[in-house]
Amino acid sequence: MMDMKVANLGAASMSMPAIGEPVTRNEEANHELSIRVRDLNLWYGQTQALQNINIDVYQKNVTALIGPSGCGKSTFLRCLNRMNDLIRGVRIEGLVEMDGRDVNEVRMDEVALRRRVGMVFQKPNPFPKSIYENIAYAPRMHDLVSRKADQDELVERALQDAGLWNEVKDKLHQPGTSLSGGQQQRLCIARAIAVQPDVILMDEPTSALDPISTATIEDLMDKLKKQFTIITVTHNMQQAARVADYTAFFHLGELIEYNDTKTMFSNPHTKKAEDYITGRYG
Amino acid sequence: MSQSFDEISAQLKRRHRKSARLKWLSMGALGLAGLFLVIFFADMLGKGLPAFQQAQIRVEVTYSEQSQQLPLAAVNEDVRELVSRGWLRTLPMMMRDNPQLLGTSRQEWVLADGQVDQYLKGHYTRLDDDEKEIVDALAEQGRAELQFNTTFFSRGDSKMPELAGIMSAAMGTVMTLLVTLAVSFPIGVMTAVYLEEFAPDNRLTQIIEININNLAAIPSILFGLLGLAIFINFFGVPRSSPLVGGLTLALMTLPVIIIATRTALRSVPDNIRHAAFGVGCSRWQVVRDHVLPLALPGIMTGSIIGLAQAMGETAPLIIVGMVAFIPDISASVTDAATVLPAQIFTWAGEPDRAFVEKTAGGILVLLTILIAMNATAVVLRKKFERRW
Ligand SMILES: Nc1ncnc2c1ncn2[C@@H]1O[C@H](COP(=O)(O)OP(=O)(O)OP(=O)(O)O)[C@@H](O)[C@H]1O
Ligand SMILES: [Mg+2]
Repeated sequence: MMDMKVANLGAASMSMPAIGEPVTRNEEANHELSIRVRDLNLWYGQTQALQNINIDVYQKNVTALIGPSGCGKSTFLRCLNRMNDLIRGVRIEGLVEMDGRDVNEVRMDEVALRRRVGMVFQKPNPFPKSIYENIAYAPRMHDLVSRKADQDELVERALQDAGLWNEVKDKLHQPGTSLSGGQQQRLCIARAIAVQPDVILMDEPTSALDPISTATIEDLMDKLKKQFTIITVTHNMQQAARVADYTAFFHLGELIEYNDTKTMFSNPHTKKAEDYITGRYG
Repeated sequence: MSQSFDEISAQLKRRHRKSARLKWLSMGALGLAGLFLVIFFADMLGKGLPAFQQAQIRVEVTYSEQSQQLPLAAVNEDVRELVSRGWLRTLPMMMRDNPQLLGTSRQEWVLADGQVDQYLKGHYTRLDDDEKEIVDALAEQGRAELQFNTTFFSRGDSKMPELAGIMSAAMGTVMTLLVTLAVSFPIGVMTAVYLEEFAPDNRLTQIIEININNLAAIPSILFGLLGLAIFINFFGVPRSSPLVGGLTLALMTLPVIIIATRTALRSVPDNIRHAAFGVGCSRWQVVRDHVLPLALPGIMTGSIIGLAQAMGETAPLIIVGMVAFIPDISASVTDAATVLPAQIFTWAGEPDRAFVEKTAGGILVLLTILIAMNATAVVLRKKFERRW
């Protein structure tokens, strides 16, 4: 098993300039390592959906994943918090390392992992509970708060950070689903940050929203990256260009190019990325 | 080449006619079903309502030493045949319990014989002409009339129609259903939760699933045989008891509850589960805090419908001995008892004409409870349904 991994690593290193690292560095970005992925392969039954993915994701940045539909962006994102465990017939090989630990190892508790790697889904999915409960539920479950006052404070802070507080402070006990789509999505972001994770995964968080809500959430991502590592999937090139420090381009289950966002959009290093970005493709 | 509106309309006309025909057919079917229901209810009401009234006559009752020995002596000879024998037999005990009665005599409304009851209700009766005359005279003086039948709702079965009541069967049904509920609800819900939320999708779970679906379709009498073999012969649970009846019905209700619960769980949208997993819930927390609350109305509705079905079951209970003559109201789940449908079955077989109305009255009671249960299911569903 170990030998094979080393062999794969060797093979991959020949085709890539520096394994897992972006082609061009973004000098404004932070470069502490958050998640290291090496030779990640994933199969749904017989069909391979991810092939030899190598990527270093840095802390307190926004990293955008782009690529044509079906190229494996969501699948890759789900590898990072092991949501793929919920899908039957998934087989994963390779390394996803966080804090020096392989997230797929047997001793890793996926509950602990998901506490440190939160997720925001494409379609807003608040719990069918009150706005307050949506936020307070997970911290209470993880024993982050016990006293009611602490809980109130935590709810307020999470909603403040998600930029939703002013809109909902008078109706905290109304159902979360009574909010508009954009508000619901910010509620889901507040829910994710309430447990103080290190990483927040967002799978097309604005694809179901109107332009104004989208802009609000983009601003929010910009603000939140001071505290959290954000990895987001988007089909919107402008959005990636606006919010991301680094951008990764996927194609047919492969990571084709991982680059500084500015370079990626002005001067992509691969033909496929260029075709995709300029709209000749996908 | 495109078609004109007229051409399209001409084709559509046929289609519209077809759908109109279908609509009339289905409305006809519905009407027919409704008609049968109305006829059934009207028939039951017509036959059963008289059972809720019972003839009483006002006679002189003498509480004496003599009537202590020979209860018949308590009433005058001319009305002796018109007073319920069963009631007369209770006199000595009444006097023992209330010694101050001894030596008195007074006018009292007492339970009339079943034949008087039938006569007053205008049915065939075995009374002879003299007796009929006396009854007519009493009725004219306002001393013989139909009154609300408390006996029917407060006593157990009896061979004398005027003393036969539904209470022991109703209590038996309640106790049996409580046992059924206590056993089948937790086991059924947990089984469904395991199969739906935890079990891997492999051969074994598929086989289990097929078997559960099969169980739901097995004739209920086989569950009776199973109950007889397992509970009575193997575990030694007392025959005819609500315990064995309830356990047997639980076997039958289990697949219904499992299937209803699985359907309810499946209707909970997956994105709720994803949201819960996403914030770090364990599988059990996802189920307990997020999935079950949403599935609860469906689970309760399914369970109540399962129980209502169990309540109407007779065949498996015949096998475990719950069709018995039970004059006493049983006090615990291990006493011999009978249930409503079994009681109805017993009465339906009685040769005495007076039991016809008892049978119909029992059916009315059973239907009322059934309707109440199903209405509860609807109310619960409405109350707990929170699709937000
Ligand atoms: N649950 C699943 N079972 C089987 N195959 C799947 C499953 N989910 C995704 N796939 C397959 O894996 C490949 C990658 O899918 P994925 O959802 O990751 O794409 P994506 O890049 O997120 O696409 P999109 O931009 O449309 O969301 C696709 O070919 C898809 O058919
Ligand atoms: Mg996707």
